Amino acid sequence: MNEQSRPESPGSTDADVAAVSERDVDVATHRVVDADGSVVAPDAVPDLADDRFLDLYRWMVLQRTFDERATKLQRRGLLGTYASGRGQEASIIGSAFALTDDDWIFPYGREAGALLMHGLSMRDLLLYWRGIEDASRMENANVFGFAISIGSHIPVATGTAWGQQLDDEDAISFVNLGDGATSTGAFHEGINFAGVLGVPAVFFTQNNQYAISMPFEEQTAADTVAQKAIAYGMDGIRVDGNDVLAVYNAVATARERALAGEPVLIEAVTYRRAAHTTSDDPTRYRADEEVEEWERRDPVERYRSFLRERGLLEAVDEEAITEEVNELFDEAVAAADAYPERDVAELFRYVHAEPTPELERQLEEFRDLLERRPEMHEFIEHRPKG
Amino acid sequence: MQATIIEAINDALHEEMASDDRTVVFGEDVAESGGVFRATEGLLEEFGGDRVLDTPLSEIAIVGAAIGLAAHGYRPVAEIQFSGFLPPAFDQLVTNASRIRWRTRGEITAPMTVRTPYGAGVRALEHHSESLEAAYGHLPGLKVAIPSTPADAKGMLTSAIRDPDPVLFMEPKHVYRSFRDEVPEGEHTIPLGEAAVRQAGRDVTVIAWGAMMHNTLEALAELPDVDAEVIDLRSISPLDRETVVESVKKTGRCVVVHEAAKTGGFAGELIATINDEALAYLEAPVRRVTGFDTPVPLLSMEDYYIPHPPRIEEAIAETVEY
Repeated sequence: MNEQSRPESPGSTDADVAAVSERDVDVATHRVVDADGSVVAPDAVPDLADDRFLDLYRWMVLQRTFDERATKLQRRGLLGTYASGRGQEASIIGSAFALTDDDWIFPYGREAGALLMHGLSMRDLLLYWRGIEDASRMENANVFGFAISIGSHIPVATGTAWGQQLDDEDAISFVNLGDGATSTGAFHEGINFAGVLGVPAVFFTQNNQYAISMPFEEQTAADTVAQKAIAYGMDGIRVDGNDVLAVYNAVATARERALAGEPVLIEAVTYRRAAHTTSDDPTRYRADEEVEEWERRDPVERYRSFLRERGLLEAVDEEAITEEVNELFDEAVAAADAYPERDVAELFRYVHAEPTPELERQLEEFRDLLERRPEMHEFIEHRPKG
Repeated sequence: MQATIIEAINDALHEEMASDDRTVVFGEDVAESGGVFRATEGLLEEFGGDRVLDTPLSEIAIVGAAIGLAAHGYRPVAEIQFSGFLPPAFDQLVTNASRIRWRTRGEITAPMTVRTPYGAGVRALEHHSESLEAAYGHLPGLKVAIPSTPADAKGMLTSAIRDPDPVLFMEPKHVYRSFRDEVPEGEHTIPLGEAAVRQAGRDVTVIAWGAMMHNTLEALAELPDVDAEVIDLRSISPLDRETVVESVKKTGRCVVVHEAAKTGGFAGELIATINDEALAYLEAPVRRVTGFDTPVPLLSMEDYYIPHPPRIEEAIAETVEY
């Protein structure tokens, strides 16, 4: 070998080196109803009966009301930290409306209405946000429990979808995630695995533009989330996440493909109008004008315009819906308040199928202490009731 | 100056960034919003976006990039927002950070700091309350430091940033703002690997760290007849065996208090150390007061899990009376 076997500086060449670029990929955004409420794709309006169209509306109002009232409860100290879905109603409700009760939902936290539609009781949802573990049973609903550690549920959903495939079920795993989750290792490993296995999973990214303070443009150098699907050999769908009918179409289509062994990555482009959670102050990192701009794209208002154009709005008794939803909420709060007193044994009960002798000993010692030292309760802060 | 732990941490970051322009701070939400606990507030304004960066939501990349940046001569101070989100990056700590010096025979090193708030008691959501110091302390090559006072927070963080090896700096978030104390202004360092004797005594040695240091002192206030020697361990790794052993030789009795689950917790290592070097001096079995062998409960019952003063008090009284 020569003493100097390569050029001093790599420099550039004139060779025409082929490359693939995101500029080559046309990522279209599926939309049915435009921001002003007019139908831009008449053929794409879902073939639903009128009362189903009205159901969609009712669920969107329910999502919004639940978020408003839960946030108020938190401020009064009657709920723990809460994550609102305000602004994302079309993504949350439109997606859940395209699922069946047999599908498994893997939630990420903001999709109250989707979980209630899926059979979860409102009482249990409130209990969850009061920090009561019993609610995480998610009784009567195929809901996997909230993925508080961002992205951690994605590979798990791939595994459940694999099981559904092995059991030849007519059901999918539906994974809710945010744009932030698409930066985690778990996202890339989980989605790649799903693509390789060809499992019935739909990865539904609600790109609400912020992961706490991080805007989407800084979350990734990619223009879209949807295009990431290509790297894993699956289809990506980009949809206007404030257009409930477009979201419904996207998820219904993806669900069909997933059942046929082709998992799909969906990006619903929307906006988180509330704080990340009630512990966050978004005025520190985003401008009022931006929030106002997205208020003008309000998903509920847009859908009202559609209903008006369709001649269905007169069938909507706004007051009756609001009253009904508020009553449901009041009843749920009352039921949550009436939840039985907790017992310390509960802490130890579910660690293993059978408590170990050491766990039994720890429980006995602790019970004994609580009985002998009633002032112990002074150190147990007043918490949301439950 | 009087400062809380969080203010002391902020002060240390300001000082170190000002004194060494190769110190960079990054993590989720640390720049624009000043960190979810405001530990990094004001750094972006003072040092600019090249040295104070918001990162994508990528714990593996945050810790992995810190290793690479440190290997390239920088002094990264990475923040993991809650210690419950550190496990994805455990691989980077195990595979690279803790052993890079050893693997390359000293050719490449990782003088980096990973800061992370840990512990229960702030009514947070799931995965926000873990205390896994024993797991990290188990990694040879990784230093694990836990301050319990504002002055130590500043002094130990400064030492961590200047340390030639990787340091995991675990911050007891329950006491982030619960009290103010005197913090030296300007340069202030506390060596890593040295425990502090918070109070001298003859009857029993009580060892704690982080938020449990404060519960321990509260418990002792209820035991005026007990002359306890209180050791704030401060460093899980390296471990100050000498201070622990000498104290136990003097008192003959010991209680260890930590918030993490009992089985496999760091109290086990301390008791083994005492058995190795001071068994003959013991007049009572070493007791431990810990969290239970359960996950940390959600907010409505987390106070049942935390070792509050009455539990600590009982163990100390029993040990002294044994």
